[in-house]
Amino acid sequence: MVTGSNIIEVRGLTAAYGDFVLLDKISFDVRRGEVFVIIGGSGCGKSTLMKHLIGLLPPAAGEILIDGQNISTATGAEKEALIKKFGVMYQSGALFGSLTLEENVMLAMEEFTDLPADARQLVARMKLSLVGLERFAAHFPAEVSGGMQKRAAIARAMALDPAVLFLDEPSAGLDPVTSAGLDALILSLNHNLGVTFVIVSHELASIYAVADRVIMLDSTKKGILAEGSPADLRDHDSDPGVHAFFHREAREVPA
Amino acid sequence: MNFDPKSQSLILGERLDATEVSLSWKLLGQVSKSCRVDASKLRVADGAGLAFLWSLSRQRGAEITGLRPEIAALLKPFDDMPAEPGDAPERDQSLFGQIGRMSWGLLKDIREQISFIGEFTATALLCLARPRLVRWGDMWVIAQKAGVDALVVAGMVSFLTGMIMAFQAAVPLKQFGVDIFVVNLVALALLREMGPIMTAVVLAGRSGSAFAAEIGTMTVNEEISALETMGLDPMRFLVVPRVLAGFIVTPVLTIYASVLGVAGGFLVMMAQGFPFAALWIQLVSAVGVSDVMTGMIKSFVFGILVAGVGCLRGLQTGNGATAVGESTTRAVVSGIFLIVLVDAVFAGIFYVLKW
Repeated sequence: MVTGSNIIEVRGLTAAYGDFVLLDKISFDVRRGEVFVIIGGSGCGKSTLMKHLIGLLPPAAGEILIDGQNISTATGAEKEALIKKFGVMYQSGALFGSLTLEENVMLAMEEFTDLPADARQLVARMKLSLVGLERFAAHFPAEVSGGMQKRAAIARAMALDPAVLFLDEPSAGLDPVTSAGLDALILSLNHNLGVTFVIVSHELASIYAVADRVIMLDSTKKGILAEGSPADLRDHDSDPGVHAFFHREAREVPA
Repeated sequence: MNFDPKSQSLILGERLDATEVSLSWKLLGQVSKSCRVDASKLRVADGAGLAFLWSLSRQRGAEITGLRPEIAALLKPFDDMPAEPGDAPERDQSLFGQIGRMSWGLLKDIREQISFIGEFTATALLCLARPRLVRWGDMWVIAQKAGVDALVVAGMVSFLTGMIMAFQAAVPLKQFGVDIFVVNLVALALLREMGPIMTAVVLAGRSGSAFAAEIGTMTVNEEISALETMGLDPMRFLVVPRVLAGFIVTPVLTIYASVLGVAGGFLVMMAQGFPFAALWIQLVSAVGVSDVMTGMIKSFVFGILVAGVGCLRGLQTGNGATAVGESTTRAVVSGIFLIVLVDAVFAGIFYVLKW
């Protein structure tokens, strides 16, 4: 479902905590309708990059454009309109524990639309049915399994029909079967609804299954080590770091 | 959107999005089975639009014609969704159910409190026999947070209370010409009752709640389980240092608060023209060792109670962020309740002992 235009453009982004620079002037694009995966070893700035992309952290330098609009300088109504364009699934799901799954999905609709209560409820049921949780609409997050919580978090992220879904480590803490189910869900949402995905992951099996394009971040280079389809990176990249990642080679643990 | 209820014909416009749907959702109530929906103009439908279409065809039984294949494809995943929502999980909300659950919760809580007291006593005795088992470093840090950092608030509360009491008592006592006895009233009330109680309440609000929130968050994050599986007793690691800190800090804070309270009373009296020496002589003649001792004994017990119940509520924390909030509230409420309850018991005991 990849179409020509870019939905996210990152230009010369520098991510830093104080004086400690994590990513130095990186640039990349995410095309509309693709599944874009960010990989890299622990501590290379994957999650930080994601926080920049969704506007939680202002960049130290450079700019991030979503649909042509700069997310770090947008304010007020502009920012609200921009935020509605994307949904985020956090690593732990981050569902609101005091609300049922259905209420979790309905929350954003309550705030941002004028839909009557029964309409919201039906939309929420449909979103939950997309992730296979229609029967659990009235359950509380604590009453369902971890995998179900993650799927419900995806349903919640989709409440306002965003163009982009950001997923932070969707397969972390899930068994291979559940994780594969989640991959299938990502692909079906991508194919059927044309949703663009930006995924932070280091689950090789999942990356091969879903990714159209991958960028690999590196902590020593403070930037992008490689970019391309997962198969390209596995077979043709000469960088030892990329090779090690895709062939699961152990590297010496620094003392 | 154009709907004619008489002929039951509905012609959809180009867009069917959340705005459009929120305007026309109530139309669904008038749609009957014989309704014919013309969707040939429809180009864009979002989640709300799809819900509208789905409800038209599945819940109202209307016939939709001319739907573009790309929108039909978006509706396809919902073919198997049942028309009515499934049953909610059973939650007994009846009056009897609620009374039952509350009673059960109360009994369970009492049981947990008793076993907590037992476990704590056992651990405390063990620590008494082998003081090396106590985590002294933690204890001093907690004592500083609960004690030194509370100096300002405990002092201010007590000082102002002393002043207020002196102001209030001065007027009626003056009518009898015995306003020097304001000193007796302020000093006895503060040393025997108000000093210990107010200090304990401040401690419950500042530190009891903090203990509950800290240990509660640790429970939620499975840190308590981690301690247990490492063979480290949470009672010894977390509860003993906190209760010990409360035990040490509360009496000191109480003395400090009582002294400041009496000073507040003195200030008011001196403003009314009494010399300091007269007040001092009155104070020394009015206050006996037993008065100071009652306050001290109480404050030791209050310290243990407030810190202990704070830790207990933390350990009882359930799941999630709400549970931590509940534990914190429960720690303060139980703390204050216990303070008053135990104070009443002490009042009875001291009355019988004629202290």
